[in-house]
Amino acid sequence: MLPAALRDAVLAGLVASALALPMLGFRLVDSATGLTLAGRFDLVAWAAGIVFCGRLVIRLLPPLPGLPALPAGTKNLRLGAGWILAVIALVLPFLPFADRNLVDKATLVLIYVMLGWGLNIVVGLAGLLDLGFVAFYAVGAYSYALLSQTFGLSFWICLPLAGMLSAGFGLALGFPVLRLRGDYLAIVTLGFGEIIRVILQNWQDVTGGPMGISGIERPSLFGLSFKAVAPEGHQTFADFFGLDYSADHRVIFLYFLILALALATNLFTLRIRRLPVGRAWEALREDEIACRSLGINPTAVKLSAFALGAMFAGFAGSFFATRQGFISPESFTFIESAVILAIVVLGGMGSQIGIVLAAVLLVGLPEWFRELQQYRMLAFGGAMVLIMLWKPSGLLSHREPTIRLGDPR
Amino acid sequence: MLKVEALQSGYGSIQALHGIDMEVARGEIVALVGANGAGKTTLLMTICGNPRASAGRVLLEGEDITRLPTHHIIRRGLAHCPEGRRIFPRMSVLENLQMGAAATAPAHFGQDLERVLDLFPRLKERLTQRGGTLSGGEQQMLAIGRALMSRPKVLLLDEPSLGLAPLVVRHIFEIIAAINRDQGVTIFLVEQNAYHALKLAHRGYVMVNGKIALGGTGADLLANPEIRAHYLDGGAS
Repeated sequence: MLPAALRDAVLAGLVASALALPMLGFRLVDSATGLTLAGRFDLVAWAAGIVFCGRLVIRLLPPLPGLPALPAGTKNLRLGAGWILAVIALVLPFLPFADRNLVDKATLVLIYVMLGWGLNIVVGLAGLLDLGFVAFYAVGAYSYALLSQTFGLSFWICLPLAGMLSAGFGLALGFPVLRLRGDYLAIVTLGFGEIIRVILQNWQDVTGGPMGISGIERPSLFGLSFKAVAPEGHQTFADFFGLDYSADHRVIFLYFLILALALATNLFTLRIRRLPVGRAWEALREDEIACRSLGINPTAVKLSAFALGAMFAGFAGSFFATRQGFISPESFTFIESAVILAIVVLGGMGSQIGIVLAAVLLVGLPEWFRELQQYRMLAFGGAMVLIMLWKPSGLLSHREPTIRLGDPR
Repeated sequence: MLKVEALQSGYGSIQALHGIDMEVARGEIVALVGANGAGKTTLLMTICGNPRASAGRVLLEGEDITRLPTHHIIRRGLAHCPEGRRIFPRMSVLENLQMGAAATAPAHFGQDLERVLDLFPRLKERLTQRGGTLSGGEQQMLAIGRALMSRPKVLLLDEPSLGLAPLVVRHIFEIIAAINRDQGVTIFLVEQNAYHALKLAHRGYVMVNGKIALGGTGADLLANPEIRAHYLDGGAS
């Protein structure tokens, strides 16, 4: 036991020093005589030592206990947690410590929660690995931007249109590729995500190319504008309610808008999981052959999951466009797809609350620790490693049945 | 009820069925026995439209279903209980049963559920348990129960005895007989366990290398010395 652990720890220490040598060991010093290289080998020794000790401790300690098992009656507990989270989200902007910065960050997290919930339909429930989810997000964002700028339509008309367009793209992509499975499907969706981005980048006449689209119309609340001065024939929000104009109003309004959109996504998913079509998604993930022999049409079931997931991404995309006021292909790179997928997987494939936690962890925390600058990614990596050790199947991976005897079907 | 005429089928360039002719009459239990790789499972799968027949016809109540997609075939009153049970392991027993009713009108659900649970009281005790935590025999019961949820006229069973203890096999076969006797479901059964299958069945077919080699009543086939030599002696009990 001990010799093996020691050997393992020495090995880990060696790997750490090899990694630390170029990254920590040398430093460029800008002195009067020009750039010189200074050694910082004490840091390398520290890094190797820490990794050595850490590895030894991990090997010698018993395996990390799982998260304390949720007691029986998990369903109520989790339902309670859901309600508590929802209430916190509702009152967040009015809490004494909530400033514009916090609400802004919460809005960002909620965008990813919504994207995670959308992708959860595809990956978590239907089990179709989609690496190009950001494409539908992009379609939604550009749909809104272009419809609003070309035809002068309002956000509220464009939102469903953008969702429909995204769902249409989901169907168009899904139809040919859903014959593929697993890794092959993942590669094709990855390619699709890139194709959309490249088109956005190069179709200068329509999308503005790398310059993107700017000056995108902001949403209004039943015609009440959030600008300082209302456009012709409209009233501002502040005037209508007799408040002093403040830019915070719009930030808070956007926050509630995405909260409503995200909650709608969640409610939809929770409802549809209890319906035959939603359950068919889960059945399909478990066993496609069994589904066929039960008279389920796998193509139709997969397409519906793909299109619905894409639709929610489209809604989120529209919101993103209207919040930023500016979109460019750079916002829709592969790394976005990867983050959304990481949220779903980390949350525990199929768990709605798990996705919220994962989104806070993956999007919220890095935003929060922006002050830590270069240590941000270190903390991020460390958190990922911890989760792999601790909860390899995701934060909340336990699945509750969605039907019980006596339930109305 | 179910009629197969000169059916040919296979996977890619490999032909597995070389012209099968057989018939299952209403209310019958028909068993198809044969060695490993004879094409028994392929025949069942081809009847369900996956893989597609390359030649020949499948008729269900006189209607040609050869070219229909699988989910349409199932909706016409055929239920297929696939080889290896293939229940949904992460879903509860009740959810599994509900998936079986996916192709039928939801209005019957409660009634069908009751009927299946009466047949399998064991499942009733385990409704909220996950499918994957059931024992092998219970999983087989669940697979059969799930197939029955679609109110089939014909039930296709693929190796219901696979991997089960002898006592459990006997129990499963008793239930199959009861489904046929009490609920009037026509049953077409594919089995390696020739003794049990032929004893249960009204009629049987023997399949060798993708062809029907012999047919007759269950009792006749059981008495046939050639069959005894090939499929029974030293084999199943």
